[in-house]
Amino acid sequence: MNDHTGTNRWRTIDIVVASVLAVAFGVIFWAWGLLWTATEGAFAFFPPAQAVLYGIWLLPGVLGGLVIRKPGAAFYCEFLAAFISVLLGSQWGTVAILQGAFQGVGAELAFAAFRYRSFRLPVALLSGALAGLAAAIFDQGRYYAALDLWSARVPIFVITVLSATVIAGAGAWYLTRALARTGVLDRFPAGRERIPV
Amino acid sequence: MGAVELRGFGWRHAGRLAWAVRGLDLRIERGERVLLLGPSGAGKSTLLAALAGLLAEDSGEQEGTVEIDGLDPRKDRERVGIVFQDPETQLVMSRCGDDVAFGLENRGVPATEIWPRVDEALRRVGFPYHRDRPTAALSGGEQQRLALAGALALRPELLLLDEPTANLDPAGAALVREAVARSVDADTTLILVEHRVAEALPLVDRVVVLAPGGGVRADGTPEAVFGAHGDALAAEGVWVPGRPVPPRRGTAPAGDVLLTADRLGLPPRLAAVDLTVRAGEALAVLGPNGAGKSTLALLLGGLLKPGTGRVAASTELAGADARTAPHRWRAPALTRRIGSVFQDPEHQFVTGTVFDELALGPRRTGRTEPEVRATVDGLLERLRLTRLARANPYTLSGGEARRLSVATALATAPRLLICDEPTFGQDRRTWRELVDLLAELRDAGHGLVTVTHDTEFVDALADRRVLLDRPTAQVPS
Amino acid sequence: MIGLVEPVARPDAPLARRNPVAKLAAALVFSVILIVTLDPVAPAIAIAVELAVLPLFGVHPRVLARRAWPLLLAGAGILVTLVLFAADRSGRMLFEAGPVVVTSGVLVTALGLVLRVFAVALPGVIVFATTDPTDLADALVQNAKAPARFAIGALAAFRLVPLLGQEWQMITLARRARGVDAGRDPVARLRLFASTGFALLVGAIRRGTRLAVAMDARGFDAGTPRTVARRQHFGVADALLIAGATALASAAVATSVLLGTFRPLIS
Ligand SMILES: Nc1ncnc2c1ncn2[C@@H]1O[C@H](COP(=O)(O)OP(=O)(O)OP(=O)(O)O)[C@@H](O)[C@H]1O
Ligand SMILES: Nc1ncnc2c1ncn2[C@@H]1O[C@H](COP(=O)(O)OP(=O)(O)OP(=O)(O)O)[C@@H](O)[C@H]1O
Ligand SMILES: [Mg+2]
Ligand SMILES: [Mg+2]
Repeated sequence: MNDHTGTNRWRTIDIVVASVLAVAFGVIFWAWGLLWTATEGAFAFFPPAQAVLYGIWLLPGVLGGLVIRKPGAAFYCEFLAAFISVLLGSQWGTVAILQGAFQGVGAELAFAAFRYRSFRLPVALLSGALAGLAAAIFDQGRYYAALDLWSARVPIFVITVLSATVIAGAGAWYLTRALARTGVLDRFPAGRERIPV
Repeated sequence: MGAVELRGFGWRHAGRLAWAVRGLDLRIERGERVLLLGPSGAGKSTLLAALAGLLAEDSGEQEGTVEIDGLDPRKDRERVGIVFQDPETQLVMSRCGDDVAFGLENRGVPATEIWPRVDEALRRVGFPYHRDRPTAALSGGEQQRLALAGALALRPELLLLDEPTANLDPAGAALVREAVARSVDADTTLILVEHRVAEALPLVDRVVVLAPGGGVRADGTPEAVFGAHGDALAAEGVWVPGRPVPPRRGTAPAGDVLLTADRLGLPPRLAAVDLTVRAGEALAVLGPNGAGKSTLALLLGGLLKPGTGRVAASTELAGADARTAPHRWRAPALTRRIGSVFQDPEHQFVTGTVFDELALGPRRTGRTEPEVRATVDGLLERLRLTRLARANPYTLSGGEARRLSVATALATAPRLLICDEPTFGQDRRTWRELVDLLAELRDAGHGLVTVTHDTEFVDALADRRVLLDRPTAQVPS
Repeated sequence: MIGLVEPVARPDAPLARRNPVAKLAAALVFSVILIVTLDPVAPAIAIAVELAVLPLFGVHPRVLARRAWPLLLAGAGILVTLVLFAADRSGRMLFEAGPVVVTSGVLVTALGLVLRVFAVALPGVIVFATTDPTDLADALVQNAKAPARFAIGALAAFRLVPLLGQEWQMITLARRARGVDAGRDPVARLRLFASTGFALLVGAIRRGTRLAVAMDARGFDAGTPRTVARRQHFGVADALLIAGATALASAAVATSVLLGTFRPLIS
């Protein structure tokens, strides 16, 4: 699984599919909101609980890195997903764009650390964890500055990173395998391992 | 310029054992207008993609060579313009003018020349709106014309059109054909894929028929090809002009009422309609693009909640459940009674292989595995999908995907079947097989509602017609 | 969903006409400066400024209200969280019950944070209500040196948003037509949501692949230098907009410092 498409230059299909992944997550998040308005509300009232599901927001970055396998893919997907969510539901404020960029850098670092040659589960987990770390650091300043350190800030921090590792890291890895099985990734290295019919 | 030369050309898609096209030797001169025919799955769309240089090396395996004016089309895309079957996936920008300008920008056309060329291309295809109109606000036919303008603005030497009128109402299809006839210059080479030969003939001066196994089955002027091989080609699935298909009228009078629609509507998509559906009867719903036919199909299928009026099932169809409206039934109960075939086949697929897709329904209704196998194998055989049983539904050709989606509904044989455009993209042979299957269902006492633009289909099968008109509230802004 | 994607302001308003990059930069600068403080005074001034410039952007207050109401929920969340977890519980004791300790200090912090949520979010709402995505992508390429291939790829994908929204609906209907539904069982609902989301993702990638082919067919990324059909200008007025936003936000913070209410984020 450590082959990659010869060059590091992005093809049109890399750019468009990465963009579409980000857009699709925008839509999925939107539908999630529709379906779970009640729980959303409950989570909004209690940040540590919200942190449990935090990894979902970081999925696009890790998934982009695993599918596209080009330098910058994880960053681009996470950043664009944030940008689009700001465009669609602008109540989060333009600062969410910076937040997305920050998280994207975290997700990207893991793939860069392996010089874009390995896309196995451990790398995906690392990518999720680093994205979660970046997110947790950013949010401490942005949202939780006025909270008590030990009863709130530390638990939120730890839960966020764990959630990112499991949901974004492992989740994106399984998702990539499931996507490859449907044949949509045939033109990407991630989808090259199928048996012909 | 614009001359095509294929030598021993073949292409096999990644993930397939069979070749999509093979052993193709063909030369097309500059300025020729060619109608490319062949049974569904013969590789026509694949061939057009090869000519446009769009078969990426990493997406399959190639044999032989393709050349346009002696050059590999992958290296030199400047000369070729292509319009795909599905207009929605080929529009790139969100405003009409920007979309036509997109190709010109890519080619580095000087900024001052771009807008005059955009306007000229829009005028040539008879596009009725200002270039600021959002592409999302266009009907299918208008999108198709816009896509054509986007290809023409590049002044291609070779123009490739893949079923450009599929899914259009007859008037819209005539407009697109007229736009093609009006806007192709004398020295532009044209290759057109279209199953319905009679309509396409005025546009072409040469016919090439692909053989399903590979190679060219027949080639020459329309008169020569259809004169010499007319009967054989018709038997092999080509829609040879002047060979009507035998009708499949109902044998028995219509039976009990299954479903009644009473002032049924969903503004602004559908204005109120009244209709009844009976057992043993085939009802055809006709009307222009955007009239709300698909919306009506979803409402009758118990999939959407009516905006106005109501849908009522009879006790004959639903027993004790007849008191509640179909859109309130649980899904398993709905599937047993009313089957739906969606306009876009890909919306309907839920599993990973053709076989599982067909087996899903029968398994859910609790049939034994041998029974399921027998049903599925029978359908695969009749609809010529047997060799694709293990393929992923989303990798099928346009016509294959359509047949599969109809077959999924046939597999459970619901008492009432609602089909949206069940016959588009079919060759003559698969078309007849589909019509026979639907007719058998009707003759066995099932109710059948089909939304369609296909006049041959209506003539052959329909017992009764309902004509929808565009909702009057809809004014183009 | 289509309504969300389109700008909803009078396009001829003096500030709505400014370069999209300038508007975005102004909103970003304005918001970021306000983040540095936790006090209620600076965000209150900022909100006053934002409401004052609303007419210059041609945005009707109703539009703003419709897009900003979810912030009320966020505000309520902040209040509850602070009551439970606030670090600073100084000031007069107002109410106490178990872990719930409400002091005047807690309430001032909560007020500051709630106002901050609004002050930071509104610039984005105003800017995106007045900006067409196509213009934004053009300006990002022409005035902010964003890579053209990526900006246009993202723009083309963004066009799919309403289509994917419809697709979500169709997938849901198709599942029902094939006999798959979840009823009221929450676990089944979650599973159905996941499988619908997966189907949407598969469909989106497939669409993306076809879109990429269509773009290639029209010479995207063929190596020829691109020209631009729509020019975006970045002029003095645009620079002034950014400078103005910087000055106003700084003034809000400075006022708070002068009044002695300033509470830095990192202390
Ligand atoms: N992306 C793909 N991956 C795998 N197989 C494919 C792919 N596209 C097409 N095929 C297969 O290649 C064969 C030729 O397909 P093609 O779409 O060229 O047929 P066609 O002649 O255009 O048929 P139709 O008239 O039904 O549109 C079919 O058997 C199809 O299943
Ligand atoms: N999900 C939707 N949301 C909003 N409007 C829709 C939706 N689907 C369709 N419409 C609009 O409703 C009208 C009727 O659409 P419908 O698809 O029912 O037409 P149709 O008669 O099936 O057309 P065609 O022959 O092109 O398939 C159209 O104007 C269409 O743009
Ligand atoms: Mg085809
Ligand atoms: Mg329709």
